[in-house]
Amino acid sequence: MQITKHRSPVLAVLAGAVLIAACTTPSGTSAPEPSSPGGATTAPGATTGTGGEDISGQEVTVIGTWGGAEEESFRAMVKPWEDETGATVKYTGTRDLNIILSNGIQSGVLPDLAGLPGPGQMAEYAEAGALIDLSTVLDMPTYTSETAPALVELGTVDGKVVGVFIKSAVKGLIWYNPSVVDVTTPPATWDELQTLATSNADKAEAIWCVGVESGAASGWPGTDWIEDIVLRQAGPDVYNSWWQGQTKWTDPAIKSAWETFGQVIANAYGGGTGVNATNFEVAGDPLFADPPGCLFHHQASFITGLGQFATGTAGEDYDFFPFPDIDPANAGAVEGAGDLFGMFHDTPAARSLMAYLVTAEAQDIWVSRGGALSANKNATSYANDIDRRSAELLLNAQTFAFDASDLMPQEMNAAFWQGVVDYIANPSQLDSILAELDSTQESAYAE
Amino acid sequence: MDPRLTAALVNAAVAVVGVPAALVGYILLVEQILKALPDRLQPRVRPWLWLLPAFAFLAVFLIYPTIQTIARSFQNRAGTEFVGLANYEWFFGNNDAFSSLINSGIWVVLLPLITVGLGLLIAVIVDRVRYESTAKSVIFLPLAISATAAGVIWFFMFLWVPPGQPQVGTLNGALGVFGAGPLAFLQVSDWKFNTVMLILVMAWMWTGFAMVIISAAYKGISRELLEAARVDGANEVQVFRAIVWPLLLPTMAVITTTMIITALKTFDLVYVMTGGQFDTSVIAFEMIQQFSFGRADRSAAVAVILFLAIIPVMAFQIRQFRRQEAIR
Repeated sequence: MQITKHRSPVLAVLAGAVLIAACTTPSGTSAPEPSSPGGATTAPGATTGTGGEDISGQEVTVIGTWGGAEEESFRAMVKPWEDETGATVKYTGTRDLNIILSNGIQSGVLPDLAGLPGPGQMAEYAEAGALIDLSTVLDMPTYTSETAPALVELGTVDGKVVGVFIKSAVKGLIWYNPSVVDVTTPPATWDELQTLATSNADKAEAIWCVGVESGAASGWPGTDWIEDIVLRQAGPDVYNSWWQGQTKWTDPAIKSAWETFGQVIANAYGGGTGVNATNFEVAGDPLFADPPGCLFHHQASFITGLGQFATGTAGEDYDFFPFPDIDPANAGAVEGAGDLFGMFHDTPAARSLMAYLVTAEAQDIWVSRGGALSANKNATSYANDIDRRSAELLLNAQTFAFDASDLMPQEMNAAFWQGVVDYIANPSQLDSILAELDSTQESAYAE
Repeated sequence: MDPRLTAALVNAAVAVVGVPAALVGYILLVEQILKALPDRLQPRVRPWLWLLPAFAFLAVFLIYPTIQTIARSFQNRAGTEFVGLANYEWFFGNNDAFSSLINSGIWVVLLPLITVGLGLLIAVIVDRVRYESTAKSVIFLPLAISATAAGVIWFFMFLWVPPGQPQVGTLNGALGVFGAGPLAFLQVSDWKFNTVMLILVMAWMWTGFAMVIISAAYKGISRELLEAARVDGANEVQVFRAIVWPLLLPTMAVITTTMIITALKTFDLVYVMTGGQFDTSVIAFEMIQQFSFGRADRSAAVAVILFLAIIPVMAFQIRQFRRQEAIR
C-alpha cells in the first residue's frame, strides 16, 4: 500500500527530470553566441551539412508578426529559396513578438531569424549581444547600393548592420474615393485640405474616417496621426528629440499636434466612440458606402491589402495623396515604417536565407503580391500604380522619418497608444493625459 | 526517416523506459540506505526519503522562484542593486497601474457575487424541473470552452459598427431590433462599463461550475429534514432560510474563494478581448505588460502584490476545507 500510494509523485518527479533534461539540451546550445551550431529547434540529425555549403534538409526557424495574406506572401517569397537549397523555413506567426523575444533574450531560446518589433528593441537586443552582425552575411556593397540609405541606417547599431527591412510602408497617406471627392490637384497644405473638405462636406456624413481599435495595440493609428502632424508642424528636429525622450509631451509643440488631431476626431465618422470601437483594418470602408460615411481616411500604404481596399481597384475605387505640409519650413517630410528582420543564430542555412531575403529577386515576389513596399530600389514589380507611387515617395523623400512610436521604448509606445485612446474618449482631459505621458517618459528612458 | 521524428521517438523511449528505470533505481537506493540504519529508525525515515524528490521539485520550481521574485521586486530594472520600495511606490503612484488594481477589485467583488448568486438560484430552481440534467448541461457547457475561445466568441457578440450600417455584432443587432444602440460594449469605460461586460463573460463561463457544486450540496441535504420542516408548517422561504441556506453555506464559501482567486488571476479574457486597453487592465495583465516592457523589477512587484492578495483567500479556503474534513 505504501508503495502504490507514493509511486505517482515520485514517477511524476522523475518523468519531469527526464523531460527537463531533454528540454535543456537544445536550449543549452542555443546561447546567443555566433558559433552556436544548431538552432533552438534544429533536430539533432539535421546538422550534417554544417561544414559545407550544402544546407539541404536543414531547417531555419523564423518567427514574425505576419498572419493571413501577409504570411502567404512571406511563404511565397521563401519558396524559391527552399526549392533551390533543399532547406526549409519553419515559420510561426505571433502577435506577441515582443514578449517572446524579450523572454528569449533572457533564456537563450530564440528562433534563427525573427521579425523585430522596432528599431528601439533592435538596439536593445543588439546591445545584449543577441543579434548577429550581418556584415559577413549579406553582400554588403550590393545591399547598400540597392537600399534606401535611411533604411540601412535604421538597421545599424554601433556601426554594425543587425537589422534589415523585409518590407516597408509609407505612413501618412490620405485615401479617398475618386467617385465621391474630385481631387484634381492634391492639397499642398493643411489649409488647402481643410478647404477641400469644407467644399465637399455635403457629400458624406463626416470628413474623416478614423479607427484605432487594434487589440492590445489599440490607439496606434492615432499615434501615426500625431506623428505626421508633429513632423510637419514642429519639424524633424522636434520630432527626433521627442521620440528620443528629450522633448516633453506637455511641450507646446507636441500639445498643439494633439489638438490638431482633436479637430480631426471632432469631425470623424461615428464620433469618439466610433473611432475607439472601429478596427483599423475596416476603418476606411465607409469611404465606399452609399451614402459615403466620410471623405478621407488617413492610413499607411499597407491599407491597400486590408478591408474593402483589398477588393477595390487601385486608382478607380480609391486613390491617395500624400499628407500635406503644415509649416512650409518643414516641407517634403515623409514618415515611414517597416518590418525589421534580425538573425539570432549563425547557421549556414540561416545565413543563406537572410542573404536571399534582401535581394531584389525575393523582394519582387512580395511587392508583386501587393500590400508591401520594398526598401530595395531594384524591386520594381509593383502590383499597381498606387504601390509604385508610394514606393517612390519612400525612396525620394527629402526628410525621411521613421515611425516615432516604434522608435520609443516599448513602455513609452504603449503609454502613447493608451493616451490616444483616452484622449479620443475624453478630449477635455488632454492636460492630464500629457502629464501622465511625461511621467512615463521619465521612467521609460531611464536605464 | 525525418530526423525530427527520430528525435521524438528517442525522447519517447527515454520517457517510457528511462523513467520507470530511474524510479526502480531510486527505490532500490532508498532501501539500501535504510538497511544501513537501525531497524527502529527505518519506518520513521522511509516517508521522508520517499518525499524527498517531491520536496526537491517544490523547492526548485516553487519556493526558489517565489523568493527570487520577491527579491527581484526590490531591485532596479537591470537587477544590479536594491532600490527598496521604489517599484511598489510606482505601482501605487501610477495611474494606469493603480487603475488595474481598482479593476481587479471590481472583478473580485462582482465575479463571485454573480457566479455564486446565479449558481445558487439555478441549482435550487432546476432541482424542480423535469429536464434537470439537460438544463444543467447547457449551463455547464461554457466551462468546457477555453477563456481564449470564449473571449473571441464574445468579442463578436459585442462587436460595434457605426449607426446606420448593419450591426454584425449579435448584441447590437438585438438592440437594433428595439431601435436602441449600438453600444460600444468593450470600449466605453465610463462607470467601468466595459470591465463589467468582461466580468459578465467570465461569469457566463463559471456560473455552471458554481451551479453544479451547489446543486450537489443541495441534493445532499436530507429530504426528511425538509419534509419535517414543511410538516411543521414552514413555508418555502422559511425552509430555505432556516435549513437550506445554512447547510449550503460551507459549500458556497469554498466556491466563493475559488471565484475570488479566479478573478484575481484573470488575464486571458482581458488579453483576448481588449488587450488591457480602454481602461480594462487587471493586475495579472499589468504583470505581463511590465515584463514585456523589459521591467522585470516592476513585474516582480506586481507579482508579489498579487501573491499577497491571494494569500488570505487561500488561508481562508484551507481553513474551510479543514473544518469540513473535521465534520466528516
